[in-house]
Amino acid sequence: MDFNDTPQEAEYRTKVRAWIDANIGEFRDVPDTMDRADFVARSKRWQTKKYEAGFTGITWPKAFGGQGLGPMNQIVFNQEESRFHAPTELFSIGLGMCIPTVFSHGSQALIDRYVAKALSGEEVWCQLFSEPVAGSDLAGIRTKAVKDGDDWVIDGQKVWTTNAHLSDFGIIVCRTDPSKPKHKGLTMFIVDMHAPGVEARPLKQMSGGSDFNEVFFTGVRVADSHRVGAEGDGWKVALTTLMNERLAVGGKPRHAPGYATLLDMAKRVQRDDGAAIEAADVRQRIAATYIADEGIKLTQMRALSALSKGEMPGPESSIAKVVVAKTMQDMAAFALDLSESGGFVTGAETDPDVARLQGSYLWSAGLRIAGGTDEILRNIIAERVLGLPGDLRPDKDLPFNAAA
Amino acid sequence: MNFDFSDDAKALREQARRFLDERATTKVARTQMAADSPYDTMLWTQVVELGWTAARVPEAMGGLGLGGDEACVLAEEIGRSLAPVPFMSTLLATEALVLVGTEEQQTRWLGGFAEGALIGCVGWGEGDAASPARAGAKVTGDRITGIKVPVPDLMAADVALVSAQGPDGVQLYVIDLSDPGVTREAADTIDLVRRHGRLTLTNAPCAPLGTPDTYHEWLDRAAILTSFEALGTASAAMAMAIGYAKERTAFGQKIGRYQGVKHKCADMYIKLELARAHALHGAWAMQDGAAELRQAAAAARVASLDALAYCAEENLQIHGGTGFTWDSDCQFYYRRNRAIVAALGSKTWWSDRLVRALERRNALAA
Ligand SMILES: Cc1cc2nc3c(=O)[nH]c(=O)nc-3n(C[C@H](O)[C@H](O)[C@H](O)COP(=O)(O)OP(=O)(O)OC[C@H]3O[C@@H](n4cnc5c(N)ncnc54)[C@H](O)[C@@H]3O)c2cc1C
Repeated sequence: MDFNDTPQEAEYRTKVRAWIDANIGEFRDVPDTMDRADFVARSKRWQTKKYEAGFTGITWPKAFGGQGLGPMNQIVFNQEESRFHAPTELFSIGLGMCIPTVFSHGSQALIDRYVAKALSGEEVWCQLFSEPVAGSDLAGIRTKAVKDGDDWVIDGQKVWTTNAHLSDFGIIVCRTDPSKPKHKGLTMFIVDMHAPGVEARPLKQMSGGSDFNEVFFTGVRVADSHRVGAEGDGWKVALTTLMNERLAVGGKPRHAPGYATLLDMAKRVQRDDGAAIEAADVRQRIAATYIADEGIKLTQMRALSALSKGEMPGPESSIAKVVVAKTMQDMAAFALDLSESGGFVTGAETDPDVARLQGSYLWSAGLRIAGGTDEILRNIIAERVLGLPGDLRPDKDLPFNAAA
Repeated sequence: MNFDFSDDAKALREQARRFLDERATTKVARTQMAADSPYDTMLWTQVVELGWTAARVPEAMGGLGLGGDEACVLAEEIGRSLAPVPFMSTLLATEALVLVGTEEQQTRWLGGFAEGALIGCVGWGEGDAASPARAGAKVTGDRITGIKVPVPDLMAADVALVSAQGPDGVQLYVIDLSDPGVTREAADTIDLVRRHGRLTLTNAPCAPLGTPDTYHEWLDRAAILTSFEALGTASAAMAMAIGYAKERTAFGQKIGRYQGVKHKCADMYIKLELARAHALHGAWAMQDGAAELRQAAAAARVASLDALAYCAEENLQIHGGTGFTWDSDCQFYYRRNRAIVAALGSKTWWSDRLVRALERRNALAA
């Protein structure tokens, strides 16, 4: 056993590190103030730099404009990139989920038109799946697409769509045949977010920001050439996206506070009977946070070892998000308990560590839901990994328009 | 990066699992509950023939000189099968002797372990002392006085390694159990399959094994090995729970369809995989002599105790009333959980040790 790079990985790391050190410049730290427009412009500048240097689409086939390298190269790049605060979030859904779906199921013409411009950061993408009536139960969506000549006409509403208001394109799953059972009557399209009839309204999140949106579609025309996969195959295509999503949102968010923050804090905080770090309950909690944080990191190392040998990672990778999100929430809550005024007071006077924990506490609530809720992920582990029988689904085989 | 066992270790694991699946079923454990002998002597002979007690013994002493990885996979499979043999005790004693034994000590005991002529055990507990770092047993000159209880496999063993207060602090001492001043008797414990004993030392001859520092290094190694044992036992409990959840019907459907049951199984898996990641980290640190050894060992211990307690308790719960009967195998895991805790100290103690290791590392990094 060892944690060392193979010679090829080490060589790639040296190359990446040299490039990042020479190019990180303005992206070294997060600027003190930054509005939406600055954030988008800044994100695009960094993406373009990477694109020009050949550090985008690292694992994608060369035929699709990728570098044709292995997953370890991507991981090495991510590790090196995460030493700084380079902005990557704007593209994570497009490049992590949407475009892989396009090149797995889309026509060559779609690939030629869209992949390079997504890679270079010129065009931003969003994922238009969830609707007010259907999130976990994605196959229950109602937004419909009706064939009209060579076009489809889309009417309906999507919701919680991350970055829709900043996006140029989206992949959208629509119901094209309501007389079929729910999983069978769906079709996937690429939709132009600037097309007439598309309206993205940012929704304010409970955490304060507005990253996600409700998106309304009224008589939006999409050419049949922008269908991704066959008519009626939308569920299968969506599963590709979701599989990529689980890979993309596995670990702890970059720079989120972890056990080390809790440890530092416990050393500084005084309780009635001395430093918090001396108290048994605090030590138990630091240990528990370490077990979870570090356990997921080590579990990912196991996956990397498999990838590094050209094998598929084992099913243990499926535990990452469900552990990470809840640990983040519990750890932040406990650290806030230790803080002045229970970490309750916000504002300019607040200690920056405490402010980070407050942010983490609020954001973790969203993380427990986004990309599969804790409950859905437990179902997946129990059913797909452990082989337990699936939940009863009374509507599964009924025609969609006949189900309640 | 290669964060996985070697192919050789994996092959040994498969071989061990096949053998134990066939030979060490839970029926064997059940028979042992009522047996006079403190362990299954026939099974032990086979285990010795397979070379498992020789695995960690250096070739010069008649062993196979295998690495820590092999010891880890054997511990896991013994844990999975609940095989009523003094394997873990002999392995932990071997580990200490290999780590710091004098040539004389190694020659005296290790060859005998390898060929199955001798059995080892280790004891730190003293009934009231909840901390492996403390000991009431005292050494003056080359004599030791004190009581060690519960000592796993004491009644089967020829030699005991015990912790005691020496001139430089608490450390291990070697006790030849046939010496004068040594008395032992069976001690009843919650675990009815693995026998324990009470060791009374009255001015008994003893020899130091290493130093107080190496005692702690041995504790780390022992924690990693018992983590693998715990993982094996926990996995068996989980497998039993899943098996029953797929079979048992209530309210017109398999209970495994109910999320109250299904999510418990998912949580068993989550805890087990977290523990496995830490245990593997420990196996790496042990093999590499890495600076992270203390931290990796404590984390492996805490995570594996957490997984084992959860799997053992919820396995019984998932079995309902039948799980609470004497005839159900649930009790073996439920009870063994307590034996594995007692073998090396509680989750609380090891959590504290983990945080101390993290504090030290942070101080070094600062
Ligand atoms: C920050 C954030 C970003 C998001 N970004 C996007 C995006 O970019 N694109 C997009 O399409 N969507 C996005 N979503 C939506 C997200 O995918 C859904 O919110 C999520 O899948 C849950 O669906 P829901 O909100 O409809 O909740 P529901 O499915 O209604 O669930 C409500 C509750 O019921 C539980 N529940 C539901 N079904 C089951 C079951 N079978 N067993 C047990 N419990 C169950 C859930 O776990 C949950 O606790 C985002 C959400 C968040 C919070």
